[in-house]
Amino acid sequence: MSAILRALLYRDLLLAWRRRSDVATTVLFFVIVVSLFPLGVGPEPGLLRTIAPGVIWVAALLASMLALTRMFESDHADGTLDQMLLAAAPLGMLVIARAFAHWLVTGLPLVVLAPVLALQFDLPAGLLPTLAGSLLLGTPVLSLVGAIGAALTLGLRGGGILLALLVLPLYVPALIIGAGALDAAASGQGAQAHFLLLTALLVLAGAFAPWAISAALRISAE
Amino acid sequence: MSQPTLVVGNVNWFRYASPQAFYPLAGTLVPWFAWAAAVCCIAGLYAGFFVAPTDHQQGDSYRIIFIHVPAAWMSMFIYLVMAFWAGLGLVFNTRLSHIMASALAPTGALFTFIALWTGSLWGKPTWGTWWVWDARLTSELILLFLYFGFMALQSAIDEARRADRAGAVLALVGVVNIPIIYFSVKWWNTLHQGASVSLSSAPTMAATMLAGMLLMALAAWFYSIAAGLHRARSIILERERNADWTVQLARKGRP
Repeated sequence: MSAILRALLYRDLLLAWRRRSDVATTVLFFVIVVSLFPLGVGPEPGLLRTIAPGVIWVAALLASMLALTRMFESDHADGTLDQMLLAAAPLGMLVIARAFAHWLVTGLPLVVLAPVLALQFDLPAGLLPTLAGSLLLGTPVLSLVGAIGAALTLGLRGGGILLALLVLPLYVPALIIGAGALDAAASGQGAQAHFLLLTALLVLAGAFAPWAISAALRISAE
Repeated sequence: MSQPTLVVGNVNWFRYASPQAFYPLAGTLVPWFAWAAAVCCIAGLYAGFFVAPTDHQQGDSYRIIFIHVPAAWMSMFIYLVMAFWAGLGLVFNTRLSHIMASALAPTGALFTFIALWTGSLWGKPTWGTWWVWDARLTSELILLFLYFGFMALQSAIDEARRADRAGAVLALVGVVNIPIIYFSVKWWNTLHQGASVSLSSAPTMAATMLAGMLLMALAAWFYSIAAGLHRARSIILERERNADWTVQLARKGRP
């Protein structure tokens, strides 16, 4: 079992490495969206400090969503997906590997970059670990939930916009709790409750999303 | 393998899982529910606008609850019913269950929209603003997005079977998410500012107010059933347009 997981993970990461520009596009999108906000709302430091958690989280949400369309598309086009559906290994394991690879390629860079971008917003240094931590727990949830939408809209016309409509409402809990962690930490309450809730979301998504993704993939590939 | 049966009162009810058998049954039921909805609506509006007393705190603006509250109830309940039919359709692979799920979605979205709209009309004179980021308002708005997503996904897929099943998975994912969304929004709200206005601590209602509201709730129920069945009939006709029995119907000239 773990051999299959390793092989799939290796393949996905190798493919991502060969198409490095795709990964770079996602990260650049994140940086640009975050940098646009001060231009829109004005350079007042107090205001920027207040909106920083929300802005960074929303930008991470959008960046992670933009990368979703690529999650199954090329496999669907070249027939790899059909092989995955026919494989003896349980499909749930295969989609977990795919979602994990997607997170490593698109989620993890955001976790690493977010504290740097937060400095643009004059976020206190004490909050940076909380920001990175909330994204570290939250972005895998985005990848797992988003994979359901990606599987449902596989090969449809207008897939990208449709995917946004399906997935963004489902991202709401992760956004609220993730961005809320920073507010709680900033107000001195401590972010522990939010981290526990984010972990609960991650466990829930990890347990149930693979079923939904597998069902959606089978429906789309029929 | 024998056909499954559910016999109550000399009728095998599973027979109506077939669109062909369901079509005439729904046709008979639609006028009954539509008339019941009309009667309840007229009676409820009369009770609400002419009989019920004026509220001593909110004046006459409270009267919007006769439309707002039933619409909000239906908006949430219809999503549950839709997810129920979707789940049934996925498990038993029955076409009619999926047809019912798709038939209910626009009615649910309509009620969600009415609830949001009337709520904001009520909010302006009472709270002094069209919109507050209250937990209920926010989760109702997200519910509207979920309805739109369901309908958009189904209309983006041309093949009926795939549209049905993909929509069903989405409806089920949505129904698992609704409580999570509701509670996260609620906690978010209380963490930020604390609930400034609470809808749950309303003063006890006069009997005529309650009667008017219950009549309107019944009207909303009957309307939803009538609209859902009517739309289901239309979907059946559209999908079975090449089947013998629909061709026969068209020949008889009686849709």
